[in-house]
Amino acid sequence: MSATATVDNVATSEPLILLAGNPNSGKSTLFNRLTGGSARTGNYPGVTVESSIGSTRLGSGTATIVDLPGAYSLVARTLEERVTLKAVLGLDGQPTPDVVALCADATVLSRSLYLLLQLQELGVPVVLVLTMSDQAGDTLPPTHTLSDLLGCPVVRTVAREGEGLDDLRAALSTALAQDPPQPLWRWEPGEDLEEAIEAAMDALPEGWPRQHGLGLWALMSWSDTDDGGLPAGLAEAVSRLHLHPEDIDDEAISGRYGWLDRELLPLLQGEADRSFTEKLDRVLIHPVAGFGIFLLVMGLLFQGLFAWSDPAIGAIESLFEWLAVLVEGSMAPSLGRDLLVEGVIGGVGGVVVFLPQILLLFLLLGLLEDSGYLARVAYLMDRVMRLMGLNGRAFVPMLSGFACAVPAIMATRSMPRERDRLLTMMVVPLMTCSARLPVYTLIIGTLFAGEAWVQSGLLLGMYVFSVVTALAAAWLMSKTVLRAEPVPLVLELPTYRWPKLRDVALMMWRRAREFLKDAGTVILVCTIVVWGLLSFPQNVPLSQDYDAAIAAAASPEQVEALEQQREGEQLAGSYAGQVGRFIEPVIEPLGFDWKIGVGLIGAFAAREVFVSTMGVVYSVGEDIDEQDEGLRARMHAETHPDGSPVYTPLAGLSLLVFFALSAQCMSTLAVVKRETRGWKWPIFMVVYMTGLAWVASFVVYQGGRLLGLG
Amino acid sequence: MHAPEDSAPSQLTLDAIPLQQQVVVQSVAGERGFRRRLLELGLLPGTPVSVVRVAPLGDPLELSLRGSRLSIRRFEASQIRVVPA
Repeated sequence: MSATATVDNVATSEPLILLAGNPNSGKSTLFNRLTGGSARTGNYPGVTVESSIGSTRLGSGTATIVDLPGAYSLVARTLEERVTLKAVLGLDGQPTPDVVALCADATVLSRSLYLLLQLQELGVPVVLVLTMSDQAGDTLPPTHTLSDLLGCPVVRTVAREGEGLDDLRAALSTALAQDPPQPLWRWEPGEDLEEAIEAAMDALPEGWPRQHGLGLWALMSWSDTDDGGLPAGLAEAVSRLHLHPEDIDDEAISGRYGWLDRELLPLLQGEADRSFTEKLDRVLIHPVAGFGIFLLVMGLLFQGLFAWSDPAIGAIESLFEWLAVLVEGSMAPSLGRDLLVEGVIGGVGGVVVFLPQILLLFLLLGLLEDSGYLARVAYLMDRVMRLMGLNGRAFVPMLSGFACAVPAIMATRSMPRERDRLLTMMVVPLMTCSARLPVYTLIIGTLFAGEAWVQSGLLLGMYVFSVVTALAAAWLMSKTVLRAEPVPLVLELPTYRWPKLRDVALMMWRRAREFLKDAGTVILVCTIVVWGLLSFPQNVPLSQDYDAAIAAAASPEQVEALEQQREGEQLAGSYAGQVGRFIEPVIEPLGFDWKIGVGLIGAFAAREVFVSTMGVVYSVGEDIDEQDEGLRARMHAETHPDGSPVYTPLAGLSLLVFFALSAQCMSTLAVVKRETRGWKWPIFMVVYMTGLAWVASFVVYQGGRLLGLG
Repeated sequence: MHAPEDSAPSQLTLDAIPLQQQVVVQSVAGERGFRRRLLELGLLPGTPVSVVRVAPLGDPLELSLRGSRLSIRRFEASQIRVVPA
């Protein structure tokens, strides 16, 4: 009666309950209600699909409860839906559930029950949970009538209000005590189909139950162009049957719907009232008013990520600076102190600083999704996103990329298809994020001083450039590395509902926790590595005895100047300095010298760190910002060995282009690693973006020289 | 609900009917996975359906069927044959 298998986080001797159902069926609300909000995240082997795992009180004991990804059918169209079948049957090492609680939106009952019929054909023990039953009102028949008809326990709930939860617990307890039901079919396959089903059953892999339902599932999943995720032997066996797939689909699907139409429809008193949603939609997706509101909502989202998060980011930065000063003041100068201050405190601060934007984005995203508006955003923007080989669901993550790629990449999880998610993740970091702005300001302000319109025109040009390159990169990848059969859009436009703040808050908390735990550790380690590159070796040969010079210095200004000079020399001799010199031949054709190379290495910690690293390189101190006149003057004065200036406008343009395109952000890479659960995609990202950056800067710099511009 | 079988293929497709007009699905064509999903969502031959509105940029369409709203693109809608209700 109990699940004992150990598969990624589900290791339990308690009864196992799965929550299944269509997307938007209120599963997550019910899950949060049943578990009291505490949950951990589990993922399925081989796919970037996750589910929440929690525990719920049942009678005298407890049960493990897993919230499966939403699915319309057990015959999968996407990778994420493939998870459902394996989970409900306990295939491929998944623990077998003791009961499946199937959430069905009572306002679209017949469609929601299609999944029930599939589960029953496989003999899966089901408790049917009618969600949103308040909205369905008196269209629903009494639960005992439904229960008699459907042959399984039926519970009416309004999970948002907590109604019906006790009934549900009681029904689950009862179901756990019973033996699994026999497979139940509401339609009879014709002779040809029956024969094919039996043939497919014979080819089912070892360990899979020999069930007609699985045979039919295999027949419906396989096609010429897609193995449907079938095990190799089974796919081959099905391919040898020379079937007419469309005929099978027609027979099975109309068999199930035919029964629902015959038996269920007469019990329903009309359709649920959609007039509220209809009235709202008349405005919200109106060609003019709808677009106006859409722009307003997206503007608000954008403004929120950019501006509202700013005070919190500032506060976090101040807090960690204060902490650094505190530690620095209370410890004697040593390597350990430097590691603690610049590596550990700096690294943890560098992780925590992302939280305001992550929390804000998931707050706004949660409100949009739960209210039903996110589906309308996808509907409105589908035509645009299609140009990039994506669909409308990619819009919000792409937009968020203008603020910061880290939360934007995390937001791709609202996209149901893995390939679309990957494609979006790969191009989001091309968007002009806020960390690029200090770098752009420094370069533009220093090298294009003069007319204000030139400066603002250049900055605007960088935004346009990022959008164009993101579009082009997405288009190109959708034709090459992420080429896939186009999957036509099927988007459900759910009824509008008031978002439940508790559910949104729980999601924010879970996303933030995942980020801190998984991406945070990678970011911390990278920060320490970059610190090490910039600080070692410690005893580099210096041009003079600085200690003696500082002791002999006449004024505090002189001391400061000497200290900055020493820092600059130490950095020049560090590993980062050596790497900068080593890569100089590679970046020279772009118009960069080795000092800029050191800045590029520092910028890997975060793009804006370029500014302070250049401050150290040029011995003007690291506590400066992009407006600093000392740094700007120093850059103007900087010359190549032959006496020509390093920072020509052409070199500046090349540097702008390089920063626009290169993958100089370890936090982004850490998040991509976390979301794709592997190093393959982050490595691909570094290679393609940095390669692109090099080529584009090369073209700009060398092309400009040919034209006599620099 | 039963499909109007045996009748000749309708010349009318879902992308070409006037907004709000109730029609009945005659047949669904298209790539298998997509076609299967439309059927599974209840867009079967014999099902009454209407196009409620078109997205502001001209695509996709919003369909009303079985008390729910689904959005599909014009191209796919052109592969769904319908007859007047």
